[in-house]
Amino acid sequence: SRPTVMAADSCSWFSALAVGVSLLKCFFISAYRSTDFEVHRNWLAITHSLPVSRWYYENTSEWTLDYPPLFAWFEFGLSQVARSFDANMLQVENLNYASPATVLFQRLSVIVTDVVFIYAARECCRCVREPKGSRDILSQPSFVLAVLLLWNFGLLLVDHIHFQYNGFLFGFLLLSVAKHLQSQHLQGALLFAFLLNLKHIYLYVAPAYGVYLLRSYCFTQDNKDGSIRWSSFSLLRLLALGAIVTSVCALSFGPFIAMGQLPQVLSRLFPFKRGLCHAYWAPNIWALYNVLDKTLAVLGVRLKLLEEAELPLASMTGGLVQEFEHSVLPSVTPAVTLVCTLLSILPAAASIWLRPRGARGFLRCLLLCALGSFMFGWHVHEKAILIAILPLSILAVENREDAGIFLILTTTGHYSLFPLLFTAPLLPFKVALMLMFSIFSFTYQCSYYLDTLKYFTFSILEVVFPLSPWQQRLPFLPLLVTSVYCAMGVCYAFLRLYASLLLQREDKPKLL
Amino acid sequence: MQTWSLVSICVLLSIIARWGVSLNSYSGAGKPPMFGDYEAQRHWQEVTYNLPIQEWYFNTTNNDLNYWGLDYPPLTAYHSWICAYLAKTINPEWVELHKSRGYESTQHKLFMRTTVLVADLLIYIPAVVLYCLYLTDGSSKKKVSVMFCFLLYPGLILIDYGHFQYNGVSLGFALWGILALGLGWDVLGSMAFSLALNYKQMELYHALPFFCYLLGKCIKTGLMGRGLFLLVRVGVTVLATFALCWLPFLAEPSQAMQVVRRIFPVARGLFEDKVANTWCSLNTLIKIRSILSGDSQLYLSLACTLLAVLPSCIRLLTKPTFWHFKLALVNSSLAFFLFSFQVHEKSILLAALPACLLLNDLPLMALWFLQASTFSMLPLFLKDGLLVPYIVTSLGFLFFSIYLLSALDHCSEDKLRLGAYNKLFCWVLKMDLAFIVRWKFYISIAAMVGLSIAAAVLIAPPHLPDLFPVLISTTAFLHFLGTFIHFNVVQFSEPPSRKSQKKSN
Repeated sequence: SRPTVMAADSCSWFSALAVGVSLLKCFFISAYRSTDFEVHRNWLAITHSLPVSRWYYENTSEWTLDYPPLFAWFEFGLSQVARSFDANMLQVENLNYASPATVLFQRLSVIVTDVVFIYAARECCRCVREPKGSRDILSQPSFVLAVLLLWNFGLLLVDHIHFQYNGFLFGFLLLSVAKHLQSQHLQGALLFAFLLNLKHIYLYVAPAYGVYLLRSYCFTQDNKDGSIRWSSFSLLRLLALGAIVTSVCALSFGPFIAMGQLPQVLSRLFPFKRGLCHAYWAPNIWALYNVLDKTLAVLGVRLKLLEEAELPLASMTGGLVQEFEHSVLPSVTPAVTLVCTLLSILPAAASIWLRPRGARGFLRCLLLCALGSFMFGWHVHEKAILIAILPLSILAVENREDAGIFLILTTTGHYSLFPLLFTAPLLPFKVALMLMFSIFSFTYQCSYYLDTLKYFTFSILEVVFPLSPWQQRLPFLPLLVTSVYCAMGVCYAFLRLYASLLLQREDKPKLL
Repeated sequence: MQTWSLVSICVLLSIIARWGVSLNSYSGAGKPPMFGDYEAQRHWQEVTYNLPIQEWYFNTTNNDLNYWGLDYPPLTAYHSWICAYLAKTINPEWVELHKSRGYESTQHKLFMRTTVLVADLLIYIPAVVLYCLYLTDGSSKKKVSVMFCFLLYPGLILIDYGHFQYNGVSLGFALWGILALGLGWDVLGSMAFSLALNYKQMELYHALPFFCYLLGKCIKTGLMGRGLFLLVRVGVTVLATFALCWLPFLAEPSQAMQVVRRIFPVARGLFEDKVANTWCSLNTLIKIRSILSGDSQLYLSLACTLLAVLPSCIRLLTKPTFWHFKLALVNSSLAFFLFSFQVHEKSILLAALPACLLLNDLPLMALWFLQASTFSMLPLFLKDGLLVPYIVTSLGFLFFSIYLLSALDHCSEDKLRLGAYNKLFCWVLKMDLAFIVRWKFYISIAAMVGLSIAAAVLIAPPHLPDLFPVLISTTAFLHFLGTFIHFNVVQFSEPPSRKSQKKSN
């Protein structure tokens, strides 16, 4: 792939966008925070006050440390700065401590660590293919990509209101992708290894990396027809990759293996005791499966095919996070979800093995792995949709078809994040951000009908329903409808992306 | 991208900024017994809803004027009545007579903040959008940039959405008046301005320029022909608007007199608190309040105000163009602010609005003044717990105005519009004017930043408890005085020629 050259004075608009969004993030400092705020405060306290050997055993608070060790070290670093803001937040016993200085520190830490994301966005803008001929700055693909990444609506909601460090983590992911697009594969692998040890949810996309690096990096040349040339296998490259990955993992898990705590750490990292779906269903296949199950159960009772007493009580719509059984359809176990996920990503992995299409093919495979795991995974959070949305932005600014898929995915994906922020003062933010995003995407790609449907659903669920009599009897209904509606959108996007990967001949996109 | 989409995105961004500020504290939060402006507005809702109109401005058993008595003209009272009506339908506890004193809750705060946002959306923001799209020169991108910076002006956002007031309504009406006059609809403009006057009496700061502009226009079109007709129409409109607003109070002369007494309290002294005008700053050197008697203070301030205002207004009378009108608005409101009686620090907003109108023509001077005006209100923001929004909005405003309007590039003699007077400067200083101006700007911003940090972080020594408010108000006063002189000079130099306007696009 050929890295492109950006226009001469491009840096100024990028800094303006970056400064603008950073200042915007400061407006959310006093807004609603979720329990994730307390989670991270607790982790600051644990890593600061306790010795390393106690980190993964500590359970004074219910929010135990469940990210890999590198993230714990990151929190440790933050806690050193936290001392000068308010040392009381670093006491493990101070549960739910939220003094103004604590809130200010934590919010500022998210805003400041986003600098990684801003740098990664800059690198991605550098990799974008510019169409020939000079155009108005507002229509250049790199500008559009910068807006879609820096001002990503979902990231703003999740990171700066709900409270998480996704910007920091996505910075690593996007930087790794950018490095691969620039043909610097070792750096990309290093960054991804780092990322895996920061948050293990990115295991979702590890198959894409594995297949791509093995096929396109370890085999240095292909035959004329694109098939694999076994003789060009480079052991040196494979060893280099292996060394990078193992050294990063050793750095991260080494101390815990030495202390013999590896099983405990792994049990904290992969808690399978939780149910198939979160309290609020992520918009994936299992949400549709649950709805089908419930519908069949209700129909069965109505048509006298089932006894109501036989059905298990308090189904999944009770809003609790525990293991439950399905009424009519067979229950789903973690093993089943794993098999389904692997089956869903197998065609994509096979496709880039048999017919590699360079770094952009890898990106498509990464997206399909992310979406496949989102669709079929066990206890998926709706926030995981961002793993698919952010990399898709890169493809969306280069290719009209991808732009269409991107629009569907972001509309439904972002909308599915709304239930995370349910307090009344946040309503103007949600509406304003959603309108801004719609106007922006409408100007570049026409998606009038989908948007109308979304606004219609939004007004019904947020305005009409709470005032209706069904609010008492079926309080879970708005969330259910949101899940189902978004699940259909995500499924559709998944299928279309698959089609574009499998049917694409070569790496020549149709430009916008 | 099309203009409408850029405009909508900018408006939505400014709404996010406003709502973000409104999540913070308000004036008098949790501070009994008097609380602050937020409680005053809530109390007015209580009074106007529960009491008959005849009792609104009088001291009765049900209406204690010492506890935030109504001291704005009737339109504010009607607005409070409308808000109270809505409040009653949502939660009657919010406006219950006597019992709701000092009522504070998160729902109530949400309600009050929403009323401010709705008023802004209906009145202020459309006026800004229309002004920038129709009455500014330049490409559509330039117009949208000006609009964005106009909407981001921190002072108004922090006062309306932080401290809690409804300045957006009165300034919005005034802006509609200016917009109408700019488009040549004089009658509508005078009606809009009369509405603004009837909302807040401080709009009198803008009254002289409106009067002189319209009178000058009448004279120019011939006092014996169409001019006279225009004069009569404007006069009738103004009188009719006033009569309509004051209708319930015109039944008895005592009612009207009481309202006037409430909105113009002349019993108070030359100034209260630390405010960035001449008298307060002079007071640091000579204790003027103790030297002169109450009456002579009044006459002195009246004389100085008139002297300061007259040159600009007479110039406007002789040359009633829109350009001179805008300059006269700035000069008149600044003159009133600097020399008038009982000025509050929030009155600088009245000078800030016309300065925003000049963001397109004189970007550097306008944004410099606007930043200084926000800075002058810092003691108030610190008292209300609005330090973080102050920092964020000021940084945003400074960054975007300098970036989008290329303010620092427009420092040449031509752009500053000083005309023949810049030759005087250059002869005295023998240096490049743009260089001097830019460096003065940097030093001034550094001083403001330094003082802001000091006021927020350091504690004043015990023998000088008001050290930081005094330093801030004196610095701001020097900026305002400088701006006042500068804009007067600009008003007296030649207006921009067609050629130089084309160059600046």
